[in-house]
Amino acid sequence: MYNRMKTAAAEIRKLAIQAMAAAGYGHIGGSMSICDVLAVLYEKILNIEPKNPQKKDRDWVVLSKGHSGPALYAALAYKGYFDKKELLSLNKNGTNLPSHCDRLKTRGIDLSTGSLGQGISLGMGAAYGNKIQGIDSYVYIILGDGELQEGQVWEAVQFGAHHNIDNAILIVDNNKRQLDGYVEEVCRQYNLRDKFLSFGYQVFEADGHDTKDIYEKLLKAKATKKPSAVILDTQKGYGCCFAEIEGFNHYMVITEEMAQKAISEIDKRLKRQLC
Amino acid sequence: MLRQKFELDSIEMRRAYCDALIEEAEKNPNIVAVDVDVQYSMGTKPFYERFPNRGINCGIMEAHGIGFSAGLSATGIIPFFHAFGVFATRRAFDQVFLSCAYQDLNVKIIGGDAGVTAAANGGTHMPFEDMGIMRNVPKLTIIEPADSAMYKDAVKFMANTHGNFYMRSNRRKTVRIYNDDARFIIGKANLLKEGRDVAIIACGIMVYQALLAWEMLKKEGISAMVIDMHTIKPIDKDIVRYAAERCKAVVTAENHNIINGLGSAVAEVLSEECPTLLKRVGVKDEFGEVGTQEYLMQRFNLTALDIYKAAKKCLKEV
Repeated sequence: MYNRMKTAAAEIRKLAIQAMAAAGYGHIGGSMSICDVLAVLYEKILNIEPKNPQKKDRDWVVLSKGHSGPALYAALAYKGYFDKKELLSLNKNGTNLPSHCDRLKTRGIDLSTGSLGQGISLGMGAAYGNKIQGIDSYVYIILGDGELQEGQVWEAVQFGAHHNIDNAILIVDNNKRQLDGYVEEVCRQYNLRDKFLSFGYQVFEADGHDTKDIYEKLLKAKATKKPSAVILDTQKGYGCCFAEIEGFNHYMVITEEMAQKAISEIDKRLKRQLC
Repeated sequence: MLRQKFELDSIEMRRAYCDALIEEAEKNPNIVAVDVDVQYSMGTKPFYERFPNRGINCGIMEAHGIGFSAGLSATGIIPFFHAFGVFATRRAFDQVFLSCAYQDLNVKIIGGDAGVTAAANGGTHMPFEDMGIMRNVPKLTIIEPADSAMYKDAVKFMANTHGNFYMRSNRRKTVRIYNDDARFIIGKANLLKEGRDVAIIACGIMVYQALLAWEMLKKEGISAMVIDMHTIKPIDKDIVRYAAERCKAVVTAENHNIINGLGSAVAEVLSEECPTLLKRVGVKDEFGEVGTQEYLMQRFNLTALDIYKAAKKCLKEV
């Protein structure tokens, strides 16, 4: 089972890198840091039917850090929401795959995001709406650690606790970096765990690049039946060799050559990881 | 459609609004109310009493409240979101734009205390710019009802029409213009008085002032057309063209900044399709201030006399 998730994570990384290389650029750092959690969600957690993306009782994914759309598109293509070839149209004129997630353009995108801080409120609305209609569904909201600087996030967190929105699970991609540099240097977040705890959340922490750990913590979060947050310790650019060594990897120019090297490296690492 | 006699309403506008919302919610279980600590100000408390599980008070969080409403609507719920007009627009604009409109969701935004009706809350709470802000949101429908009959009918329309709406409202008792059974078509203005000299196009509380100005002008033998442009966006271009063709000049009257409100919307149609002399009665790019509604209407030149003077000036210039 874990091999399947590891393989999915590698495939999602490769597809996302190929998509960004076809565009010639992209938000590589934040896309790479969420590939493992996307693999866990789409392989093992979500109740979804790629052939029926509007299924009433589906689980929802809201990528509040919408600039990491290429990773989510890669996950959707990997699961068969649309043809993998379509990934090569990323950011091209008239594409269905814009840099930031758009529910009206992309099959499988539940809500449009891109203005940081808004996805969490949207996700809570979807969770609450499903709940009051008696629909058994979970909404997974993926936030960036830099994004947590937005005040709206904490409005939503407080709201979620007060209204006991237990069918929305917050996932924080704690990759320690934001556009302008390290979060610690731009505007430090203090103790993330304590912040969520103080709002009354159940908090779980996982190695964000260990699919087994992520899977187990997401299951625990679901089992609490309380508002919960899963904080993933991640590395911006993880798994993509050229991004891993780049100081500024939020957004990079990516050539086909760079992509090919990174993909070969992903394959090599995967072989070592598979048990 | 028009009443024989214009009289101050027996109930507050907010009461009429909530009655209408409850009436629609009785028929449609998907309708919910979302408030941001404004149940009393906006008059939605009875909704919460009638439907304890269908009202969500977010607390003081307009940005989240709008985004939350948008998320609700993505699941098929029909949220009516309530906030003071200034905060529903100025404070939560990006949320209205991206969380609601950009993704074609279904949120009905009710912004309270339009213009000078904010009265005692003063300049910080006095929206003279809300329509201007919201006119820039593609596909957003903007409504300002003149009285409680129109308010109720607009609620019914919004409840039964997919899309994002901004309705600027007024919590107070207002002069009744329309009969109880009057019905309105969103996007189609009401021609209240036919005329051939000058056309007065008004919205909200200024419709009554326009009717008073009509009487003043009539006494001097001036034939004025009066139009209630209750839908500011999409504006009824047909009736603007009709007014321009029939009359020598046009006067707009709004409880809002003349920049990017009703006057600007009418000016856009006139200048592009039927150039006609226009005078705009409204707030002349100023901030609001504290005072009674009556004082503020004088202070910002929002009275029937101001409309009358603008009409006379037009006719002198043509």
